[in-house]
Amino acid sequence: MSAPAIEILGLTKDYPVGFWRPKMRRSLDNLSFEVLDGEVFGFLGPNGAGKTTTMKLLMGLIFPTRGTARVRGRSIDDIKMRAEIGYLPEQPYFYDYLTARELLDYYARFSNYSASERRERVGKNLERVGLGAASDVQLRKFSKGMLQRVGIAQAILHDPPVVILDEPMSGLDPVGRREVRDIILDLRTQGRTVFFSTHILSDAEMLCDRVAVLASGKLQGVGAPREIVTMQAQAMEILIEAREGCALPAALAGQSTRIGPRTRITVPEQQLYSVLEQLRDCEARILSVSPVHPTLEDYFFKLVGGSAPERGLEEISR
Amino acid sequence: MSATIGPVAVNTFREAVRDRVLYNLVLFALVMIGAAILVGQISIGIEQLVIVNLGLTAISLFGLVMAIFIGVGLVYKEIERRTLYSLLAKPIHRWQFLAGKYAGLLLTLGVNTAFMTLGLAAAFFYVGGRVARADVSIVVAIYFILLELALVTALALFFSCFSSPMLSTLFTLGIYITGVFANDIHEVGEFTQNSAVLGLTRAIYFVVPNFHNFNAIAAAGHGDAIPFSLIWQNTLYATLYAALLLIAAAAVFSRRNLK
Repeated sequence: MSAPAIEILGLTKDYPVGFWRPKMRRSLDNLSFEVLDGEVFGFLGPNGAGKTTTMKLLMGLIFPTRGTARVRGRSIDDIKMRAEIGYLPEQPYFYDYLTARELLDYYARFSNYSASERRERVGKNLERVGLGAASDVQLRKFSKGMLQRVGIAQAILHDPPVVILDEPMSGLDPVGRREVRDIILDLRTQGRTVFFSTHILSDAEMLCDRVAVLASGKLQGVGAPREIVTMQAQAMEILIEAREGCALPAALAGQSTRIGPRTRITVPEQQLYSVLEQLRDCEARILSVSPVHPTLEDYFFKLVGGSAPERGLEEISR
Repeated sequence: MSATIGPVAVNTFREAVRDRVLYNLVLFALVMIGAAILVGQISIGIEQLVIVNLGLTAISLFGLVMAIFIGVGLVYKEIERRTLYSLLAKPIHRWQFLAGKYAGLLLTLGVNTAFMTLGLAAAFFYVGGRVARADVSIVVAIYFILLELALVTALALFFSCFSSPMLSTLFTLGIYITGVFANDIHEVGEFTQNSAVLGLTRAIYFVVPNFHNFNAIAAAGHGDAIPFSLIWQNTLYATLYAALLLIAAAAVFSRRNLK
């Protein structure tokens, strides 16, 4: 088993809310999990779940109320840790009076590269995110998608072993999303660890070795996308042709969909045999019985569907 | 250390240049040209005195406006626009970021003051001024203006770490004006019979930076010599006070949650 690239150990974050007599509200509650070295790890959850808070805690932009975290064995309080991380903030915004090339050159200076190394890296990474032609355009003229790409370029500029991306697909058109997916896959091929948050579950399902689902600041589950969805009770789908003049039992009518002469019935796995008995009684012709494979989206909505962010914030009495 | 502070300082300077902050020099040039033409027509024998007074006052005012209005946004703007997030994800301490921003604005003010000094010199020679030994006090007066700006910038940066630009402007301007009248406030306290007022005026005198001592414009205009002791005292005072303010700013900013 690989060593953890990121260890999150009981991270808790409370924020004061209100001006006069502020009350503390918990936005992250005793969060613990590990991201293994070399894996692509998705961080899923609705708005206000605490994803960005977690990433900001990792980057030292905010400070935990309790708990800590380590990146490649180094505490998040250790500034040297940041040399090993590339970070893309949510909805990034950069110095708009600079060109893309100047911005990357500026960031590269914090990695102590020589002028020729900086030039080479900047050019290579701008090409990599598809901004080669716009290198010398001021960022104030960039679209949201272009800014997102500049953000990714600055995050991977110094070839960090761990890349943390907060909503990297946000604001991108389908072509841009595909390019970001390719970059993430490319990073995995190079053996780098990618920890990214997203709302786009199909991307997470396609890219991630493992995912964590967060809701209301609490961890709901961690695992491989396929593994995590099968942790839920399976449903079975039965395809039948009902005999002329024979109606389905009333209990099954609510679970069935008619498609021409055929009827599709979806039932929980544990009810399968009793339903088959009922179908035999009405002499229906059973065409197929197959398991329904839940998607990550099904799992996600089942977990967080009723969790609005406002309700998710837990008030703490002090 | 300088490997991280330097790039931040240069970037701050570049921002000021690209945001056309130095365009104020055009206004300064217009003021000096207008003054030089006008002074030549209405004053007899005191042209150089008027030009030096006007020029140094303009240098001080233009610098103050820049120091306060750019200084109060130095940190706040970076947080509001979230440009700080990507930067602080690099191996840079927050205090290094502050030091870089401070140095960058000082560089901007220095370049601005240098150009304005050239403008003043041009106007001075235009009205028939000749370089004399006593004119060294003009250079000292400009040096004092720079020290004053360094102190005001430190104040603005300090407030910028925890309050909005509007409040920071009010605080900085309030302290500056109090500091300009620090000696007068102290004297008022000494005259009063009320011990509470005396305590308050003394506290103000010792806590608020004394900007009165940095004003050598009148002396420079009259060609009076400025004592060397005042030069090093002012240098030491401004350096220590600005350092204290920067340390306080770093202490506040280091633990601030960037929401």
